[in-house]
Amino acid sequence: MSIAFTPFRVRERATIATWVLAGVFLLVAGAFFRAQILSNEDYRRRSDNNRLRKLTLASPRGIIFDRDGKAIAENASGFTVKLLAGSKDSLRAVLRRITALVPSAEDLESQVVRRYETAPFQPALVYPNASIETVATLEEHRYLLPGLVIRTEPRRYYRAGKAVAHLVGYVSEVSADELERKRFPGARSGSLVGKDGLEAKYDSVVRGLEGESFIEVDARGRMVRDGSQQPVLKPVPGERIRTTIDLDLQTYIDSLWTAERPDMTGAMVAMTPDGQLLALYSAPTYDPNEFITGVSSARYAELTTGSAKPLFDRAVSGSFPPGSPFKLVTAAVALKRGIVDFSSHMPQACTGGFRFGNRVFHCWKKSGHGSLDLTDAIAASCDVYFYQLGLRIGLPNLLSDVTALGLASPTGLDLGSERTSFFPPSTAYYDRTYGKRGWTQATILNLSIGQGENTQTLINLVRFYAALAGDGTIPTPYVVTRPVRGGRSLGLTPDQLKGLQDALVKVVAHGTAAASGGRDLKVAGKTGTAQNPQGDDHGWFIGFAPADNPKIVVGSIMEHAKHGTVVAPYVVKAIRRYLQKFDPTLAKAPIKIVIQDDSATTDTDLSADTVVRARRR
Amino acid sequence: MRTTIDRRLLVVLLGLCIYGIAMVYSAGQTDVPTYAERAWIKQLGWMVIGIVAGAAAFRMSFRLLEWAAPYLYGLGLFLLLLTLVIGTGAGTAASSKSWLAIGGVRIGQPVELAKLGTILLLARYLSALRQPPGTLRDLVAPGLITGIPVLLVMAQPDLGSAIVFVGILFAMLFWCGVRPSLLLLLASPGVSLLLAVDTRWWGAWILLLTMLLLVWRIYVSEGVFIWLVNSAMGVIAIVLWNRLKPYQQQRLVSFLRPEADPSRSGYQVIQSKVAIGSGGWFGNGWLHGPQKRLAFLPEQPTDFIFSVVGEELGFVGVLLAMGLFLALFLVLLRIARRATESFSSLVVFGILGLLLIHVFENVGMTISLMPITGIPLPFFSYGGSFILTCGIAMGLVFRVASDSRMSGYLDT
Repeated sequence: MSIAFTPFRVRERATIATWVLAGVFLLVAGAFFRAQILSNEDYRRRSDNNRLRKLTLASPRGIIFDRDGKAIAENASGFTVKLLAGSKDSLRAVLRRITALVPSAEDLESQVVRRYETAPFQPALVYPNASIETVATLEEHRYLLPGLVIRTEPRRYYRAGKAVAHLVGYVSEVSADELERKRFPGARSGSLVGKDGLEAKYDSVVRGLEGESFIEVDARGRMVRDGSQQPVLKPVPGERIRTTIDLDLQTYIDSLWTAERPDMTGAMVAMTPDGQLLALYSAPTYDPNEFITGVSSARYAELTTGSAKPLFDRAVSGSFPPGSPFKLVTAAVALKRGIVDFSSHMPQACTGGFRFGNRVFHCWKKSGHGSLDLTDAIAASCDVYFYQLGLRIGLPNLLSDVTALGLASPTGLDLGSERTSFFPPSTAYYDRTYGKRGWTQATILNLSIGQGENTQTLINLVRFYAALAGDGTIPTPYVVTRPVRGGRSLGLTPDQLKGLQDALVKVVAHGTAAASGGRDLKVAGKTGTAQNPQGDDHGWFIGFAPADNPKIVVGSIMEHAKHGTVVAPYVVKAIRRYLQKFDPTLAKAPIKIVIQDDSATTDTDLSADTVVRARRR
Repeated sequence: MRTTIDRRLLVVLLGLCIYGIAMVYSAGQTDVPTYAERAWIKQLGWMVIGIVAGAAAFRMSFRLLEWAAPYLYGLGLFLLLLTLVIGTGAGTAASSKSWLAIGGVRIGQPVELAKLGTILLLARYLSALRQPPGTLRDLVAPGLITGIPVLLVMAQPDLGSAIVFVGILFAMLFWCGVRPSLLLLLASPGVSLLLAVDTRWWGAWILLLTMLLLVWRIYVSEGVFIWLVNSAMGVIAIVLWNRLKPYQQQRLVSFLRPEADPSRSGYQVIQSKVAIGSGGWFGNGWLHGPQKRLAFLPEQPTDFIFSVVGEELGFVGVLLAMGLFLALFLVLLRIARRATESFSSLVVFGILGLLLIHVFENVGMTISLMPITGIPLPFFSYGGSFILTCGIAMGLVFRVASDSRMSGYLDT
């Protein structure tokens, strides 16, 4: 036996060995202490992240009702198909199997992968609204499709479809950009949000709160436990909203337009004299239900940038030179300032033109109207009368008064994306644009007949006529929320208001529809033609009825219609449709209106050289 | 011949076996059932076989064992060679040839037997020496005894077992009285190899080594030899690295930085650490570890069984297991100390070294103290060969304890 194995030496080494053992065990215990006790919270969270996949539960959006309680936007139940995946590769692999089974859009894979990338630990949305056939096929092949999550979820449904498109807007997945800008508070990647119209404007009211549940998955991403029956956070349905819309009128306008003028682009707006929006229609329209299933990027481009731009809302976002309907503004300003009354004649009778400076400003009627009073001038839409009326008002007065009437600002309609009407606020605008000496008083001639530097939205002109039809207060139009502050007054006496209404009745000279009961439906209104340098002129008609006690104001613009007279019949039909509610006998009344044909006067050239000479004279 | 059973050893072993079976049972309880569901029954069967083999070893004369050591060692080498030709892989090391299979049925991992053979032959060689090896030249023979199986397992390749062999050699050299300084010099090429990843670290190490060589005043020729080997290691480290299989490289990389590739090679370490870390003080409860249930843990009944302990029984469970192992090692140390003669003492200490390396490697790997190797955890990991080896080893230890007791050992 070796000398190394004497008891003393052995005990010496045993002591060393004991220390080594103690050291090793302290090291190991220390490592475990650090992981299990000190970093416990971190690892516990990672363990949960590992196995729990958050699943958002869609909340039903609040129903949007019309004024009679009919649903404009409601909810149907649909299937959503989502995919859980451990990695991008496995996601792609399963997606390929799915697309082999179910016909899908070409860019589906890239779309889903993008959704996966924004939230890799959540099931990625594949089909937001799958058909029952798709679901059946997928269920049948479930064993081939690990991570498949199919559930029923409420989805938006617009029964009236394309008739209400620009009014309600549509719902679709929130974009990365909107998320970043926090456009929709509370929305998460994959959330459905309102994108236009009422859905967008009242999104925060209607959307509700998404619920949350967790599903437990194993290492391969297969769902082992579905916790969605006991959600951690129950979805809160959105609130219902009641609108001022008359769904019957709205769908009537759509059917009228598509039946009789399918290729015509334009818009129609109806409201009560106190500003309750009854209908808002823009053509061409689109089917908002299309967005629920998700539109391909090609289709979306077609909707937004195609030649007809169906997504573009011509009623609130389109602005046009107002033309003749604006003469009522000039008249109202003159009456308010006490410059004229209804029997006032202008110094020069209309001979088909008006000389100012060295230029002749034409009337639309080349043979001339003769000497007219205000009522007849409105009825005949005489340009020469209004040139002289404008000169009497004076440019600074006209600019400030029109601006005060709200025709240079948005109406404040609670529908979003409203374009601001343009009207120069003061002469400073001309100084800035043309230079201090670059323009003359002649500018007022064009402005006073609704031409020149003046573009109006349909909604804004309609609300001005609503003020004429009502008590002289310019209302703030609304769909849901009644404005807190009352509108500004036109500043006219009841007699003056009555006079203007009578003049407008005269416009529609034979604009009476004989009711079968023998009573007449008196429609008051004004046609107009908006100059369009790009092509045929646009036609306007804004009217209200019954003339003695107006209940509804309807305005419409039809692009490239050449004349306002083309537009008028449809406006009158819309008015009749609405008034039937109060007088069913109107339904059988034949519509026959004859309106004087007033084309747009050619804009008189106000370029600097002619103007300067005019001033010297 | 009268025999007696060491009660402390029996109690500790019983505790470890029960704990182990409970964990193998739990590891099989997953939400999506796998082969592991019934592993615990097989494990029980293996334990019975291990106990029978241990009882046989207990009955065996140590003189016979000492005589037979070279033959057992030779048999081990032969089987290792055989695996290189007809071996198959499994588990964490699926691509290595560590299994012997006959007709497609894997019957065992010969490396476990070779470990015992090496312990016996080393014990026989070292116990025959008049005085402990004092120079490098004296270490050539034990180095060769260990080196041959190391080379064979490296060829499989099985890094983990190679480390075990080297660990056994160092443990037994220490126990037979080799100076720590000599052990350090012996280990120096390995240290040099590891530090070669960073030139600055390696330079510092060579400087330190040079000073140690001068201070310890060893033979000039040996000093120069050591110095040259260390320098060479720094150079061939790169070559060796390139010769490693890609999965071995990845394991080493992911050992150093598990987050570098979380889905592949780093996956096992990360999942294991997540499971352990989420355990807290008392764990998620036996059978109720979510990571285990949902199969996030890799190889949970075998190599990563300790992660299940950590997840389900928490820090307390870990301390209990580690406490049992510590108790086992202290009992083994006591038996080695009291052994009546140097051969049996060295055998017991060699077994201690074997088990210690296994425990440290396996447990360390679950918490990324050590790189991932397919080394089983004694008494816990599901697997026949190693249970059998442990059974035989414990039989031998019981015999040594019994012998010293019967010879009236006096504790001094």
